[in-house]
Amino acid sequence: MAHTHDQDHDHQAVPSDPALRVKALESLLVEKGLVDPAALDVLVDTFEHKVGPRNGARVVARAWVDPAYKQRLLTDAPAAIAEMGYTSGQGEHMMVLENGPKIHNLVVCTLCSCYQWPVLGLPPVWYKSAAYRSRAVIDPRGVLREFGTQVDEDVEVRVWDSTAELRYIVLPERPTGAEDLNEEQLAALVTRDAMVGVAKVAALVGKA
Amino acid sequence: MNGIHDMGGLQDMGPVRHEKDEPVFHAAWEGRVYGINASLRAMGKWNLDTWRYQIEILPPVDYLRMTYYERWLRINEQLLVKHGLVAARELEAGTPDAGSAKGVPALTAAAAAARGLSRGIPSSHDPNVPPQFEVGQRVRARNLNSAGHTRLPRYARGKVGAITRDHGVYSFPDTNAHFQGEKRQHLYSVRFSARELWGEQASIRDSVHLDMWDDYLEHA
Repeated sequence: MAHTHDQDHDHQAVPSDPALRVKALESLLVEKGLVDPAALDVLVDTFEHKVGPRNGARVVARAWVDPAYKQRLLTDAPAAIAEMGYTSGQGEHMMVLENGPKIHNLVVCTLCSCYQWPVLGLPPVWYKSAAYRSRAVIDPRGVLREFGTQVDEDVEVRVWDSTAELRYIVLPERPTGAEDLNEEQLAALVTRDAMVGVAKVAALVGKA
Repeated sequence: MNGIHDMGGLQDMGPVRHEKDEPVFHAAWEGRVYGINASLRAMGKWNLDTWRYQIEILPPVDYLRMTYYERWLRINEQLLVKHGLVAARELEAGTPDAGSAKGVPALTAAAAAARGLSRGIPSSHDPNVPPQFEVGQRVRARNLNSAGHTRLPRYARGKVGAITRDHGVYSFPDTNAHFQGEKRQHLYSVRFSARELWGEQASIRDSVHLDMWDDYLEHA
């Protein structure tokens, strides 16, 4: 195996299987004392199990049930989000954008893939794709239609291109038909896509 | 730089492919690249702007062909060599040169657990840096075509918008990326009507907001 790997390195200009290259790079960096593999384990675990859209969903649900919290969230998002225990990373300068009957917000990063990590986790592939990054600004309504999201003609679509270190999260409209749900049940309805603005939040249909 | 990364407004890039129940990492190596990247960033040899520029100068064909984490892998290899942390022959060989110095990892497991994510960029409300513009003012995005790093997308250059918010003082990516100083200045949210950016085909109601530094703007 090691022999084959060495030969690959000697002869090809095109990158080899990334899995092999990453393994080789990690072991080199560990040997050189630049990387602690246990730190890598922690980071992977953090994103696979601790940070993700559930965090943002809890923030949204709290805003729906607690008007004072919602006000704090809209005026000082980092502080309000820190109240829920979510901090650090790209979240220092978060802004929350409130959707309403006549306003629909949509978030993109046309230049790279800036995303609301602390509350949404790592971005999905589509968010980082050329298709989304190119079209969200010139044809937001077309993109929304592709996601199956209906936005009426008389609604203003506001697109937020994350060109600096501000990170935007959409506060979706609370769905109708969810009046009896408590905060936790509401949080379960909130999707990552709704917090990026490509979807709306729907009330549960039928029983789970 | 007027590169392929500056994608806003490009057409015919295909449909947006939404994957149901998408995993955080599609393969174990992606997670390792994420971790390697964060560990190397923690060394403080380069900043986020330098890092972004390194992605931007990937050959455009490679940029389009590579997946997100393949780009991260490639540029971390390049940054390691560029900043003298790893010799090109060490990358090739996969083993350190005989007698090369052994470092101490900047990011330990304990620090990773405490912090979790990579560092953001600090802002401030430094009163010694006065704003050049104020909320409500009409501004034009300057027609700048720097070959270096910039966060001013082509689609907004020359277009007129209005300042809706002053975010405070931030370091300026165009100089910071190239180690030419932070050149701290005010950053604003600027609203452009969709019609101003895209003409009659756009909805009369819609708008695009961009975050722009003082140096990107002029009075309109």
